[in-house]
This record gives sequence, structure tokens and C-alpha cells, in this order.
Amino acid sequence: MAGHIPLQYGSKQAVKQTAREPFMIRFLLITVALAFLFLFLLLPLAAIFIKAFEQGVGLYIASITDPDALSAIKLTLLVVVLTVPLNALFGLAAAWAITKFEFRGKSLLITLIDLPFAISPVIAGLVFVLLFSTHGLFGDFLFQHDIKILFAVPGIVLATLFVTFPFVARELIPLMQAQGSAEEEASLTLGANGWKTFWLVTLPNIKWGLLYGVILCNARAVGEFGAVSVVSGHIRGLTNTMPLHIEILYNEYQFSAAFAVASLMSILAIVTLILKNIVEWKSGQHG
Amino acid sequence: MMRKTKWKKHSILPGFGLSVGFTTLYVSLLVLLPLAMIFVNTASMSWSGFWAAVTEPRVIASYRLSFGASFAAACINVVFGVLIAWVLVRYSFPGKRVIDGLVDLPFALPTAVAGIALTTLYTETGWVGQFLPFKVAFTPIGITIALTFIGLPFVVRMVQPVLQNFDQETEEASAILGAGRMQTFFKVIVPEIIPAALTGFALAFARALGEYGSVVFIAGNMPMKTEITPLMIMTKLEQYDYEGATAIAAVMLVISFVLLLFINGLQWWTNRKYSHS
Repeated sequence: MAGHIPLQYGSKQAVKQTAREPFMIRFLLITVALAFLFLFLLLPLAAIFIKAFEQGVGLYIASITDPDALSAIKLTLLVVVLTVPLNALFGLAAAWAITKFEFRGKSLLITLIDLPFAISPVIAGLVFVLLFSTHGLFGDFLFQHDIKILFAVPGIVLATLFVTFPFVARELIPLMQAQGSAEEEASLTLGANGWKTFWLVTLPNIKWGLLYGVILCNARAVGEFGAVSVVSGHIRGLTNTMPLHIEILYNEYQFSAAFAVASLMSILAIVTLILKNIVEWKSGQHG
Repeated sequence: MMRKTKWKKHSILPGFGLSVGFTTLYVSLLVLLPLAMIFVNTASMSWSGFWAAVTEPRVIASYRLSFGASFAAACINVVFGVLIAWVLVRYSFPGKRVIDGLVDLPFALPTAVAGIALTTLYTETGWVGQFLPFKVAFTPIGITIALTFIGLPFVVRMVQPVLQNFDQETEEASAILGAGRMQTFFKVIVPEIIPAALTGFALAFARALGEYGSVVFIAGNMPMKTEITPLMIMTKLEQYDYEGATAIAAVMLVISFVLLLFINGLQWWTNRKYSHS
């Protein structure tokens, strides 16, 4: 569902050019397509970097080394370190369960895994408010034991886990389905135990798909805004992630500072795209 | 033979209990339980209270805007998505690989970053806004632009593989039988890409309905005019009106489920259509 880019296996071969359009029409179509992409993709991307350096390099460096900015970067990294490995582990377990066994309720499980993609990030945040606010299901318990989840780091981690958790599973399920179980069965017949089979047979087969899922999961975990915005409480220096910090700076009309932090996140987005293409190319080679 | 109603088929592969157990537990705790809260909380509201919350004039205006802008954006994405997929698959031009990679930018770029960048471009003094005779930022047009941005990759990435695997001999056959290029396009190619394009449309539409980060900056958030439905949930939460927020969320969730069913149906249709090749 939303936010999911299926990995494109196989090399992209040039198509035979037997049935094709006259030069003028080709030229026109390419021009319109490129103009659209320029307007919608390239221009916004360029604007981020130009606006970031508009007031000089000094202000740029000051903006990204500001204590609030640094704590936002640290919090974002913490959230990523906690959520991505957990969701990768979940993705592996879910893909193994779904592709290696036939059991009742399997399609229901697949639908449930897809759900977070279909849900507005704001609702993803809201559900945790309903669970953990003082009027929520666990509100009394948390209050009595003085545990803070909402408007604190655990809430942000939970909301991020929710919105990013389908990525790895969605990537691995079709891949492992296509590969089948014959190699694993051979390995077990030859005497390897389950873990050994997983490490030596399954994992090498799915490593590119896994890496691809992790890259997408990571990009979303870093950039999640709506869900985190609901549960964070926007406490500066404490519960502000990078996107929330950008929002605050922007709303305070500190545009250059906002774009400076935004440019850091854009660099990450570009790195994500490059890695994604490398992985696609690699999986095309070995796949 | 043991012919008991088993819920699992026999398999020699190990790890069934561990993987299914962990997956089920994780999904239940992280998705099922939190989402159930929406319906539990809605069920505890009175019907009249629920109805009042979801039919408030401001909320109704937000549905109209969210649906209208998402629909418009998804339509733009279908037209340009098919065009871009076509150009990327069929033609070669310098920088094609870079452009191809760049199409996924809306998925990789944080929504808030996209939001402030688009807003800056389309304000009255912005690089693009200053050349336009009408206001874009802080109007429904601006919202549509933001939603077009975030939905762009869906149609392209759905249609691209279909065009790549398309058997060009059918096109040649069509040409030999006397069809013009336009006729071939509309009678041979279009029917083939319709399921993929429709799936892309539905995915872009569903994503646009729930989108928040890229829209709030360019929307201006004026009551009755440029408030999208996710923002209404946010506003209710900020006023500690948890009941109101939950009621609107329940309506959105039901719509999302219906869309999800529709998309699954489309994907089933797509798989059936393309599996013959």
C-alpha cells in the first residue's frame, strides 16, 4: 500500500524500437514528461539547498549545530536505531511464517501487516494517545507507576514502529514466495539444523531484498512527521525529532534555519535513492 | 488417515511456532490493539454525539476538500504517471537513469521537507508562484499540488513493469493490420495498462486522503476553506476533544478499509490479467 515501492528485479532491457512514434511526437512527449518532473521533483529539491544557503554558510552551520537542532538529530538517530532493527526482525519472522508454511488465517495476517500503509499517519499517532493518555486505556496504570510514554521518547518510538513496520515484511514476502522452499528443504535433509539453514541458505538468498526493505524503513523512520507530531508534545530539546524541529523553525519564520535542517534530511533522501538503485542493480545481477 | 481439521499443513521446515507466534504477537500489540481503541472509544460514544462530531460543518468541509483534492491529484498522477512510465520505458534520452531513480524521491523525502519546499515555491513571491496569475499556496490548488507530489511514484511504478513486459509483437501486428499509431495505442496498449494504472490511481488516492506532513504547510489551514480531514483530527486533539478526534478517525478508517479492499480486488484482477504472459 501507500509508501511501498516494489523492488524491480531483473535488468532493464532496451525495448525493440520497431513500432515507434515520429520524432516530433517522441520529442514532445519527452519534453512534457521532463517538464513535469522538473517542476514537481527537481525544483523543490533545488529550492531546499538554495534556501538553506541563502543567508550564507555561517548561518547554515550555526543552524545545524544549534543545541536544539543537535538534540533533534540525536533523538531521530535514537528512534531509527530502536525501530529499524525491530521491524527488520519482525519482517524476517513474518516473511518466514507466511512463505514457508500454510496455515489458516494467513491472508488475514497479510492484510494486517499491510494496514499501517493504508492508515493516515495522524490516526497512527491518535491510537497511541487513546492508549496512553491519562484518560486512555493504560492511563491510570502509567500515572500510578510514573511511567511516561506519551509526549516522551517511548511514544515517538511506538508511533514510528507502527508506521514503518510493513516495509521489510512487504519486501521479503514476494521475494521468498518466488524463491520457494526447495533449498531450505535440501539443507535440512542434508543434516543442517534450522538456524544453520536460515543463516547459510535463506539469508544469503534474501540479503538484497532485506537491505532494500531496511533502506525504505529507515527513510520513513527518519522522516515520519504526522504520527510523531501527534504523540511528541513538541518539547524542545527533549521530544523534537528533525521533522518537528523543521516545523517549529518554519513556523517561527526562521526559513534559512528550517531549510538548513531540511537539507540534511534531503541529503539522506538522495543517499537512500542511490542505495536503492545500487540494490536494484545488484539484485538484478544475482537474482 | 488422520483427517482432523488441522489449521496448519505439515511442513518439514522448522520455526513455525516461533515465527508465527512472534509475528502474531507483534501485530496484535502494535496494530490490532491500538486500532481497536478507535472502535472501542467510538462505541462508547452516543450515536447522536458521534453523528454530531462527524457532521460538523467544518468537518464536512474538510471531507469535501480532502476527497476533491485527492481525486484531482490522483487524476493528474494517472495522466502524467502513464506518460512518464511510457517515456522511461520506450524512449532513450540523456540522463534517463538519473530521472528514473529520481521518480521515487517523494517516498524518500520526509513529508515535512517536501511541504516547506513546495510552499516556498508557490507563495506569491516564490519562484513559481510569482509567474502564476492566481494564488496557489494557501488554496485548494496548493493542496492538490502537494498531494500530486507525494502520489507521483505510485502510477509510474505500477505502469512501468507492465510496459516493460509488454509484447511488442502485438503492436507490430496491429500496425500490419492497418491500424494507425493512435489506434494501436488506444486499442492495444491502453487496455493492457488499465488495471495497473487504476491500481496506481487507487494507491495515490488512498495515500493522499491520509497525507498530513506535506499538506499542512501549503494549505494555510483556514477553517471551512483549506482544512483537510487529518488536520481536523489534529485540531480536535490539540483542543483535548479526544471523542471528536476519534469519531472522525473512525470515519477515515472505514474509508481506508473500503479502499484497501478495492485495491486488493484491483491487484487480484491485475495478477490474473498479466499472469498469462
